[in-house]
Amino acid sequence: MAERTFRIWRGDSEGGDFVEYKSEVGEGQVVLDVLHTIQAHQANDLALRWNCKAGKCGSCSMEINGKPKLACMTRMNMYEPGETITCQPLKAFPVVRDLVPDVSWNYKQNKRIAPFKCKPADADGKHRMYQEDIDRVQEFRKCIECFMCQDVCHVLRDRDRKDAFAGPRYMIRVAGLEMNPLDDEDRIPELKHELGVAMCNITRCCTEVCPEHINITDNGIIPMKERVVDRFYDPLLIAFRALTGRRKRTKLRTVESTKE
Amino acid sequence: MSKQLPVVGGHPTGFGATSRPDNWWVGPAATFLGLLTFLAYAHWAAFQGEHYYAHSYLSPFYSPVLWTDLAAAGSAPVEHAWLGIWPEWWPSFLPKSPALLILVFPAGFRFTCYYYRKAYYRSFAGSPPGCSVGPMAPSGKTYHGEGRLLLFQNLHRYFMYAALLYIPILFYDAFLAFYNGGNWGVGVGCFVLLLNASLLSCYTLGCHSFRHLIGGRSDCMTPCGKATTQFKLWKMSTWFNGRHMAFAWVSLFWVGFTDLYVRLVSMGVIHDYNTW
Ligand code: SF4
Ligand code: SF4
Ligand code: FES
Ligand code: FES
Repeated sequence: MAERTFRIWRGDSEGGDFVEYKSEVGEGQVVLDVLHTIQAHQANDLALRWNCKAGKCGSCSMEINGKPKLACMTRMNMYEPGETITCQPLKAFPVVRDLVPDVSWNYKQNKRIAPFKCKPADADGKHRMYQEDIDRVQEFRKCIECFMCQDVCHVLRDRDRKDAFAGPRYMIRVAGLEMNPLDDEDRIPELKHELGVAMCNITRCCTEVCPEHINITDNGIIPMKERVVDRFYDPLLIAFRALTGRRKRTKLRTVESTKE
Repeated sequence: MSKQLPVVGGHPTGFGATSRPDNWWVGPAATFLGLLTFLAYAHWAAFQGEHYYAHSYLSPFYSPVLWTDLAAAGSAPVEHAWLGIWPEWWPSFLPKSPALLILVFPAGFRFTCYYYRKAYYRSFAGSPPGCSVGPMAPSGKTYHGEGRLLLFQNLHRYFMYAALLYIPILFYDAFLAFYNGGNWGVGVGCFVLLLNASLLSCYTLGCHSFRHLIGGRSDCMTPCGKATTQFKLWKMSTWFNGRHMAFAWVSLFWVGFTDLYVRLVSMGVIHDYNTW
């Protein structure tokens, strides 16, 4: 056991400040354990969100020493023995109280994505897809919706462009559907015009923070950008499609927009 | 959504502002210095127009040689120039350097590369300088990502097509390096050139646009569960793609070093160990 100093942001949507706590930290403890100790003994009203304690529910995301982290997966021995641990709520979303942000904006983005539309079955009435093709989209399904990628993305975090960009988590959701061999939906015009893939400048912070190690940028966003180029920017492909009569949709469908 | 005051959550705002206590600026600073050093050297070397050829070695900055100016010291022999002697009509105020005729393609390839974009958006444009670190010109609706002025980045694939053509050319240069004045032999420079062509291939084969072109654009690379050539190529490109940043740096360093090596041999500053 050793005593450690925690600086925890306490407050609500009106404002607040850091409060310092000292707590004993046992061997093998994670930040969430210490926050629970503080909650039990010093600050019964400390608000924080958690569920699984196993890095699988995505509830306990917060900013620890300035970086988005899952509190339940952040081991205390990652930090220097004398280091003060600062805990803050996610920056990109409004604060409810203390370490609890209101992440409902994300669910609204999810609703803007057209659902999976299955291709017609093969002649024998079966649908087929192959493991090699599905491996690619499987990666995106590991997402636990911790929204740390959304939080760290400077477009949402610092640029105030929630009006123009749905964020990395939804880029990979679209990528997972778009690359699915059985999905029949054309998602490219919406990806460009509605969800704002161009707002991402591929600086990879989302990939760096993802606790599921999803290669958001390289396997999700960049391949989607390339598909947008195929449809909208590649002069040779556009000319080829015009000449061969294989035009593809470039206009938006009329969809109800749920953006802010 | 309700706008929040900056104090909410205790997050600092402004350029470079962060709650991170670590040395987050080391990475972007190193990138900044690394790219700046390379740019400075490459510009200087490209404008020289001489000492880019030493017995059978040709600097990659100057390959392919379209015209050669035989009056320049250390210039390529005429049989190495695709279009022959430097034309008479060339205006005298323009530098006579073969590098300037061809460097636009590799330079454009690197400039629009998805990795380098990340590197310079972070280290030169501070957009953002680091993760959860305040960017330059933080808020307001002035940020358009890679839209508007940066739309040209979408043409990266055309530079990739050009870069693919450079690979056989550079391997051919490396092959010719073994053939000095009609005699086969081997010298340190041969390996410098060969490694350069190999590293540039590793960099190019991991290009995101290449990975898209050869397979990524299709959802079904294994019809009937058979791994097609397309799928195998995509797998190969994926391997290189995962190491794209590493190959970007190593090949960048090595291409600069190759030019320097040829240049110093050509100037007689260093001696090339060889069998000739
Ligand atoms: S790579 Fe794109 S989506 Fe990911 S954090 Fe950076 S700007 Fe946001
Ligand atoms: S992609 Fe990764 S970081 Fe983003 S919400 Fe999903 S698990 Fe979290
Ligand atoms: S408590 Fe479930 S991820 Fe941390
Ligand atoms: S060369 Fe880097 S992505 Fe194309």
